[in-house]
Amino acid sequence: MNTVVAKLQRQFQDYLVSLYQQGFLDNQFTELRKLQDEGTPDFVAEVVSLFFDDCSKLINSMSRSLERPENVDFKQVDSGVHQLKGSSSSVGARRVKNVCISFKECCDVQNREGCLRCLQQVDYEYKMLKTKLQDLFNLEQQIVQAGGAIPQHFPSYTILRPDIRPCLDA
Amino acid sequence: MGMAAAEWKFHVLAVDDSLVDRKLIERLLQKSSCQVTTVDSGYKALEFLGLRQGIESNDTTALSLSPQEANLIITDYCMPGMTGYDLLKKLKESSALKNIPVVIMSSENVPARISRCLEEGAEEFFLKPVRLADLNKLKPHMMKTKLKNQKLEEIETPSDDENGTVAAVEPEIKDSVEMEIIKMLPLQSETEPKRVLLQVVQQEEQMLSNNKRKSMEQGLSTDRPRPSLEGIATAV
Repeated sequence: MNTVVAKLQRQFQDYLVSLYQQGFLDNQFTELRKLQDEGTPDFVAEVVSLFFDDCSKLINSMSRSLERPENVDFKQVDSGVHQLKGSSSSVGARRVKNVCISFKECCDVQNREGCLRCLQQVDYEYKMLKTKLQDLFNLEQQIVQAGGAIPQHFPSYTILRPDIRPCLDA
Repeated sequence: MGMAAAEWKFHVLAVDDSLVDRKLIERLLQKSSCQVTTVDSGYKALEFLGLRQGIESNDTTALSLSPQEANLIITDYCMPGMTGYDLLKKLKESSALKNIPVVIMSSENVPARISRCLEEGAEEFFLKPVRLADLNKLKPHMMKTKLKNQKLEEIETPSDDENGTVAAVEPEIKDSVEMEIIKMLPLQSETEPKRVLLQVVQQEEQMLSNNKRKSMEQGLSTDRPRPSLEGIATAV
């Protein structure tokens, strides 16, 4: 029983670390996990679920705005990108956030083709992250069901990605 | 010493049009032992505080029959309709609400925006995503309000001139705030283990440089003194 739990915990930790290493998540996700406790065990799952709902809604509305080449509402697209960038930043969805940065640039110069490419990319990235996090939450559930505790392991993005210039920490 | 019968909690009204961010700020504030109410617009915030629509906010009859109390208002800057700045202005124009401290949050580091908000009377400006360490800057406000409430409860003579009484206990509150800040230093160390904080002055510098950290990423200066921290500096 103990070795089953230990194995699952190891799996969880390794998987979590890999998500940081591959740039899916950054330190804001760590902050999110720190806010979760015994009283609020579903906090992270709830917030990311709201985020994915947001993604879906915003991508749909931006897609409609970009549909007709002769009549693109760039203002609406810009608003959508702004919201998406904000919420992805708030949950630590690093790759999604980075696509939004490029997306905004395309919007600023009213590049419809560029916007469509970014839209496709952001759609891909959020769905990919959704799958990854679902796997992570499944591992958590397996640990709990096996009678174990979820490791309070908080990977640091800046340590796992020394190639990326760290933020200036006061 | 008179103590409140029920457990009093610092009540924060959080305003943000993003559901994700509302969830986040709510949790951050709860984790910092605050009572939280969230609304999704400036209009709803004003409604909550009792300002009726269409009535001049500096009209003393503008408050509705049952305004709800907030000890601090934290609002996003970029919101459709009424921006955080618009909300800030309305609050400062209201004689009933102008003394409630207001904090502005924004995902964008625009120095002109920051200055404008601080000049209009915002206490703090937080860059998003907001973290637990940022909320430590609110602790002085929380302690001050808590102690003020406790002191006012101890005052039993109803005919006392409230101003005079409050002024008389003011220095004591400051000392207690100092004491509480020193006691709170270990708490800040928990979230930022690399820092060793020994004195209130160091903590003040830390608070300023937390803001600087985020602004410096974009190479901007935040040397503007924060009005809310000056009192603490001189108390030391």
